[in-house]
Amino acid sequence: MKLWKTVLAAAVLTFAAITSSFAARTDLVIGIPLEPPHLDPTAGAAAAIDEVLYANVFEGLTRIGPNGEVLPDLAESWSISDDGKTYTFKLHTGVKFHDGSDFSADDVKFSLDRARADNSVNAQKGLFAQIDKVDVVDPATVKVTLKNPQGSFLYNMGWGDAVIVSPKSADANKEKPIGTGPFKFQSWAKGSSITLVKADHYWGAPVSLDKVEFRIVPDAAAAVPALLSGDIQAFPFFDPDSVSQVKGDPRFHVVIGSTEGETILSINNKKPPFDKLQVRQAISFALDRKAIIDGASAGLGVPIGSHMSPANKDYVDLTGLYPHNVDKAKELLKEAGLENGFKATLKLPPPSYARLGGEIIASELRDVGIDLEIVPVEWAQWLDQVFTKKDYDLTIVSHTEPNDIDIYSRKDYYFNYDNPTFDKIIAELNLTSDEAKRKQLLGEAQKILADDAVVGFLYELPKVGVWDAKLQGLWENAPIQANDLTKVKWTD
Amino acid sequence: MTAYLAKRLIIAAVTLVLASMVVFAVMEILPGDPARLMLGFNASADQVELLRNQMGLNAPLVLRYLHWAGGLLSLDFGRSYTYSVPVVDLVRERVVVSLPLALIALALSTVIAIPVGVFSAGRQGRAGDTLAMGAAQLGVAVPNFWFALMLIYLFAVWLRLVPAGGFPGWNAGVWPALKSLLLPAVALALPQAAILARVARSALIEVLNEDYIRTARAKGLPYSAVLWRHALRNAMIPVLTILGLQFAFLLAGTIIIENVFYLPGLGRLVFQAITQRDLIVVESVVMLLVAAVIAVNLLVDFSYAVVDPRLRGRQ
Repeated sequence: MKLWKTVLAAAVLTFAAITSSFAARTDLVIGIPLEPPHLDPTAGAAAAIDEVLYANVFEGLTRIGPNGEVLPDLAESWSISDDGKTYTFKLHTGVKFHDGSDFSADDVKFSLDRARADNSVNAQKGLFAQIDKVDVVDPATVKVTLKNPQGSFLYNMGWGDAVIVSPKSADANKEKPIGTGPFKFQSWAKGSSITLVKADHYWGAPVSLDKVEFRIVPDAAAAVPALLSGDIQAFPFFDPDSVSQVKGDPRFHVVIGSTEGETILSINNKKPPFDKLQVRQAISFALDRKAIIDGASAGLGVPIGSHMSPANKDYVDLTGLYPHNVDKAKELLKEAGLENGFKATLKLPPPSYARLGGEIIASELRDVGIDLEIVPVEWAQWLDQVFTKKDYDLTIVSHTEPNDIDIYSRKDYYFNYDNPTFDKIIAELNLTSDEAKRKQLLGEAQKILADDAVVGFLYELPKVGVWDAKLQGLWENAPIQANDLTKVKWTD
Repeated sequence: MTAYLAKRLIIAAVTLVLASMVVFAVMEILPGDPARLMLGFNASADQVELLRNQMGLNAPLVLRYLHWAGGLLSLDFGRSYTYSVPVVDLVRERVVVSLPLALIALALSTVIAIPVGVFSAGRQGRAGDTLAMGAAQLGVAVPNFWFALMLIYLFAVWLRLVPAGGFPGWNAGVWPALKSLLLPAVALALPQAAILARVARSALIEVLNEDYIRTARAKGLPYSAVLWRHALRNAMIPVLTILGLQFAFLLAGTIIIENVFYLPGLGRLVFQAITQRDLIVVESVVMLLVAAVIAVNLLVDFSYAVVDPRLRGRQ
């Protein structure tokens, strides 16, 4: 009798569980601040493209996971030759593109060759620079031969710019993206929203959502009422200054995570007096990171001492090297022969971290005798004057590309920094795949940048996400700029 | 009449040509490279150059102007750099939002402003007038984005009568689409109505002080007949002028309201195109707006002639 009751109870519970899981919502409206210019991740640098399509519509050989780890994707496994130059990828079979055509090794070869071709306008062409040739071994096996061993190759293949496209649809992806992912593109109402729906055949684990709409909400002030009215259920990249309006509301989860955005006070290292080490160090001593984070980022964000995310496994904490010390800064300026201070300009792009942070930094530098003139610029001007023409003294910007410490070794980069020792370490790093050795080299690289006070290292940009408390599976961190929806579901 | 209109048309054509030169020149002087914006931080200089060539940005300035202006004459507005679709398609998608929005706002502001103006003019200096003009003063002074946010909190968040923003498209049905334009139209219309009401009031007061009004009253016409038949008609010219100017403002100057309500309208398109240096979109859309403004002004000029018979006979 007792057994019978237990069985009945179990049956009722199971039934309840099944019906409630059937009853759970399967649609989602996500708010994004910027509209993608087009929908082809292999043809543009705009983060908004990946924020809609990465992992949802398009897949690569590998992919980047929620904490920045490299995971298998269309390649189920791979082997690396002893000299580190040949990668043999074993591909999933039974994979279809959304137009119904079959995916095979030919598509991998096509995609990689297209991205590295002479006339390619892939925004991250550097990812493919080491590829010597791509060979199709059989429909489910592809062999990539590199010119030199490259420690970051598997990571590079996980970028949105390295996703696999079909030769039949590649040219039309800007308007009508065709990938192999769990969601397929349905419609794009320009200026308004982009809608994805569950794909008909998907090779991997099935997704819970049937329909996802990315709605473009450019104004931070409009995001709060959109959440409160229930029109939009998630803002994975929310404005830090508006968080106080929804914090404490039990209907929402506020999730503070990390990004790969090193926010820095960039210095033109060749322009006097910034070519003097003492002057750059004086600037580093003059900065009060806590005050900057409080004022520019609503107190959210982790201080950094070099160009590496504190969430990275190879991070070295160098924030103690230049503590906030006005006297020390003045002393260094005196050593540099600038005891009376000097004047300089600070060019600020539109994001609030730059505009708000700039005001604070200007007042902190004034305390040590550096008189800054603030020049607000738009992005187009910033890219033209600062980034391309290097016509600047100081600027504030967040470098959001992951694992990008190598930018300091690039010739002609806008920092105008030139250090052969640093370049050698990066060159060696590029050829190294051994984890322990890489960690050591990355540590040395971080140390050199901090010692040279190449730029003023401020803080890691936070990822502030706000979404309906019943929603699960959105990324807490942003190791790359993406809104991976494959694990997202409603709970009730 | 014909000479009057012909003169207006010639002035309009010359204005269009001059505007096209100014618009093109301004966009060229503006610093910023659309190719670099598309490719971001990591692309090499060679690659940016390659894309510039593909986009036709390296051709000489005069040649590009002639190509663009020639295209406009044959109603070919070019292709967007960033969206890589014809500009005409972008405009067509946006105008179905902006035009109804502007028209609703215009209708609302007229319907509110004219009665208020008439009411105030009739009670000049009395409590009702002071109250109405005080409200109008407030309407002019309150920034419309703030007013828009208050409307959103009241009608979308609290009462849940309308969506907080966005536009479902006309395919979703006429009512849902109209519903999403309602709050933005009110937010746009109120400051305009305030201005219009003040203009209508002062124009009417001026006319009511004319000798012929006194004559009309003296010969025994009731006040309402004098007001509606004689005074209002004569006060229409300044009101129409302001209406014409307002329509142009409503069509193009809605950038802020479109941002607050995240509506995919023309103002947003131009704003986005400027930040992305999508030069061809900015140039072509601005020219379209210039043409629209000129067309509306022509219409206003023409309506002067309808309202004021003296203009019809003038050579």
